[in-house]
Amino acid sequence: MKLPRFEYASPTTVQEAVALLAASNGTAKPLAGGQSLVPILAFRLAAPSLLVDLRRIAGLDTIAIDDAGVHLGARVRWCDIEADARLATAHPLLAAAVTHVAHYAIRKRGTVGGSLAHADPAAELPGIAIACDAELTLVGPSGRRSVPAEAFFLGPLTTALAPDELITQIRLPPWPSARRWGFQEFARRRGDFALAGVAAFYDLDSAGHAANSHIGVIGVDDRPRRLTAAEAVLNGRTVDANAITATAEMAARIVDPPDDIHGTARYRRALLATLVERALTGAPAKA
Amino acid sequence: MNVVNSYVGQPIERIEDLRLLRGRGQFVDDLHLDGMLHAAVLRSSIPHGRIIRLDTTAARVLPGVAAVITAAEIGDPVPTIPLRLVPMSDLVPYEQPVIANGKVRYVGEPIAVVVAESAAIAEDALELIAVEIETLPPCVDTRSAAANQSLLFEETGTNLALTYTTVLGDADAAFAAATTDEYYIRRERFDTQRHTATTMETRGLIGAWDSERQHLTVYGAAKVPFASRGMLAKQIGLPESAVDLIEGDVGGGFGMRGEFYPEDFLIPFAARHLDRPVKWIEDRREHLLTCNHAREFDCDLELLCRRDGTILAVRGRINGNIGAYIRSNATIAPRNIAQFFSGPYRIPNIHIESTMLVTNKTPTGTYRGPGRFEGDFFRECLFDVVADDLGIDPVAFRRRNLITRDEMPAKLATITPVRQQEELDCGDYLQTLDRCLAEFHWVDKAKLKGRLIEGRYHGVGIGCFIEGGGVGPRENARMVLESDGSIAVYVGSAIVGQGLETVCVQIAADALEVPMERIRIFHGSTTYLHAGFGSFGSRSTVMGGSAIIDAAENLKKAIRTAAALRLNCAVDDVLLEAGMAKSPDGNVVGWTDLASENLRADGTFFCDRRTYGYGAHAAHVAVDPGTGHVEVVDYVAVGDVGRIINPMALRGQIVGAIVQGLGSTFLEHLVYDEDGQLLTGSLADYLLPTAIDYPNIRVFDQEEYPSPNNPLGAKGAGEGGIIPVGGVIANAIASAIGVQPKSLPLSPSRVWELMNP
Repeated sequence: MKLPRFEYASPTTVQEAVALLAASNGTAKPLAGGQSLVPILAFRLAAPSLLVDLRRIAGLDTIAIDDAGVHLGARVRWCDIEADARLATAHPLLAAAVTHVAHYAIRKRGTVGGSLAHADPAAELPGIAIACDAELTLVGPSGRRSVPAEAFFLGPLTTALAPDELITQIRLPPWPSARRWGFQEFARRRGDFALAGVAAFYDLDSAGHAANSHIGVIGVDDRPRRLTAAEAVLNGRTVDANAITATAEMAARIVDPPDDIHGTARYRRALLATLVERALTGAPAKA
Repeated sequence: MNVVNSYVGQPIERIEDLRLLRGRGQFVDDLHLDGMLHAAVLRSSIPHGRIIRLDTTAARVLPGVAAVITAAEIGDPVPTIPLRLVPMSDLVPYEQPVIANGKVRYVGEPIAVVVAESAAIAEDALELIAVEIETLPPCVDTRSAAANQSLLFEETGTNLALTYTTVLGDADAAFAAATTDEYYIRRERFDTQRHTATTMETRGLIGAWDSERQHLTVYGAAKVPFASRGMLAKQIGLPESAVDLIEGDVGGGFGMRGEFYPEDFLIPFAARHLDRPVKWIEDRREHLLTCNHAREFDCDLELLCRRDGTILAVRGRINGNIGAYIRSNATIAPRNIAQFFSGPYRIPNIHIESTMLVTNKTPTGTYRGPGRFEGDFFRECLFDVVADDLGIDPVAFRRRNLITRDEMPAKLATITPVRQQEELDCGDYLQTLDRCLAEFHWVDKAKLKGRLIEGRYHGVGIGCFIEGGGVGPRENARMVLESDGSIAVYVGSAIVGQGLETVCVQIAADALEVPMERIRIFHGSTTYLHAGFGSFGSRSTVMGGSAIIDAAENLKKAIRTAAALRLNCAVDDVLLEAGMAKSPDGNVVGWTDLASENLRADGTFFCDRRTYGYGAHAAHVAVDPGTGHVEVVDYVAVGDVGRIINPMALRGQIVGAIVQGLGSTFLEHLVYDEDGQLLTGSLADYLLPTAIDYPNIRVFDQEEYPSPNNPLGAKGAGEGGIIPVGGVIANAIASAIGVQPKSLPLSPSRVWELMNP
């Protein structure tokens, strides 16, 4: 489990980093916290020619909150999110989700950009990005582009990020203070990859019915996804036990969970229904 | 007045902890020898096949590579790894060659060793070795192995390496006679999953060859350094006196670490071959792939009892999936699982066949409570199924069948072909059951059985166990009076992180009646004694501690004899007190003054009778029907371990063993696919219990029945904690959800499937 040979560079600007990536013809990899990349190298599942370390690039580690929402720099770590008291109101769903990310040591190093680029189907932040209609900023040799989360995650460990592009930030749209929300995740041990997870929220319309509901799920499909058919069940209804059960049943019906060593597909489907139910049941109390 | 020490029995803090907690331990990877090279092992990625071509040319010419070693370099015949304890000629054909020789039989089997200037270069070179393997159909489970459709060893004509037969009374006659309604028969199948000890420190070795002295030194030994030296010397063609195995700090053993593995030959061989020190540190993927696996058994058992719950007979078959080869202690678990199936219970008629079937998986060995954890799971589950069907309370069922104090010593079944019969030494099994029920508040908690409270089903389970320990045949110790008046104690027991240094110091200080600070312990390494037997079968304190007592008596004699000359009195009149020798007329000579006389003494303790600790565990669980999650709400362990040397160290052993057992019950599983590939090659997929998972464990140790078989009165206590856990938890879950689990591990998915068939 020793790393294969590679060249190393630590540029100071995004442009410089992108130029290094572009010059390598797809054989270079950006390095942020290294919490996914370094194990992959140690297992020799990848052997990039060059690691472009992002640690000296200024400005990638800030959390900004404004009228456009929450802006997380690509090198923001999980512990930075946990430590930012503003997020408890600016984006409580994000704050709740991050407490489920791995373990203390990993939260000290793992980054927002790294998690998005790695795109594990069971990871929390990709699920939050999908659930919240987040927008990712990518920078490549030909400039900057914005990609909605929905168009970013293409499959397990597969994204729309080109080999010569860097994620520089993710923006989560503004969070109304009256929004109802819930985050539920179940793993075999705390901190393990989720067997299933749910990030759900909805607003209340003037009649007190659910509106604008968003249900994002992780661990139950080949990528994080929103369950629009389940959201449709909830929208326009009073959020009572019947509505919640109907929504959970629809959620379980429309996902395509994997069958693996940690759980059967049948189990994961039922687990998802449980978690949707608990996320929605807990939602009003937390508002 | 003579002040007698009483360190034994005190909760003395472990003397090794200050060193270890400050990072000052010396593990094998901490050692760096001048000119040292690093090894990496090319392992088979194919579970079963013939090596057609092995081309190492490109690897050999990579800059920084010193050598590539294959079966060709080792020469014909390639040595094999023998059984360590009881040689059995029938099993010789199944022994593992130290490097693949023509055939590969499991994923992970060594094919070549690269030795290079760094471990990274060695790993680079592995990728340059070209191997072509003609694949053969793999056997991964006992059913396909027993069918013999694909043979691992063509020359033997069978995958069934051995069948043990365990007999007491006449089970078939008992079943045949049970023809009326008065009797009840139940037949069930259970299975336990492949998993193993996952030590915090992985294996590791440094071989160093001294060509001037023609002497081989191997660092990284553990558990049984003397036995391993004997094997290595024979394989490598050196006298034992030309080989030394050195034991430093060891980060966990649990039966797995320190047995003889292929690398225990390959690394010293490489060092001698190159005349340079060679280091190999196992990485975690290698550990999960290549260390002795354990626990993969299935059974088909039949129990006969009266309708009042009195057990009359058990018969049936237990299959062991022992992996691709018979390694150094592969026979222990398949033997124990049948021989000790009855545990603390009176089962007058037993007939169990237990098989050892070879399969294309990693070879197996012992893991803490080998065969006992598995057998206890089968037995306790079977008991609850029977009791439930007969409408008998599970506690009453056990009470009726536990062996009583008055029946001691009680004979266990005889197992062949080893013709071994054991007897339970002493104890009051009903008393530990009663204490466990009381500490647990069983009467109150049993009312929760099957109740849904705040969304979770509650249940309780109980089980009783015995732990065999103090395995012989003997152990040695030596004491040397040093010039400063301190005493160096050399003992053949090995340190595997169990706190043995502290325990040995307590015993030695009491025996010599000197302060603990005057004792220094040297252990394990073959340089200290002519022979030692090591640490397995919960023996190190019982056997090593008793040898220390013998050595202390002999050293005191030597001190008296030397002092008598100085004091001008008879030897028997010399009084030893607080590190001084006194004559009856009041003259005194200090031990320091006698040190120049080179006083030393050897001690040996022989014993061929095991000790049997025992006890009862109870658990309260809450099951979430929505997720299948099981919370261990309360866990109570009561154990009688004979004389307790250090209650604090003992408690650590018991709590640690229970947590390991909970890992075995809920989490740990070495999963193979049907093609023989291991799917759990990292700690992200092979799940270990962590500090936050099982916080509610209450341990009550007692010493009501000291062992009659050794001067300490101690019994083995390192394994008891793990033995009953699987059965107790499975039964607690059954009482919560109304369905009996019959397989481990009880993952959330599996618990949910039980509730939603």
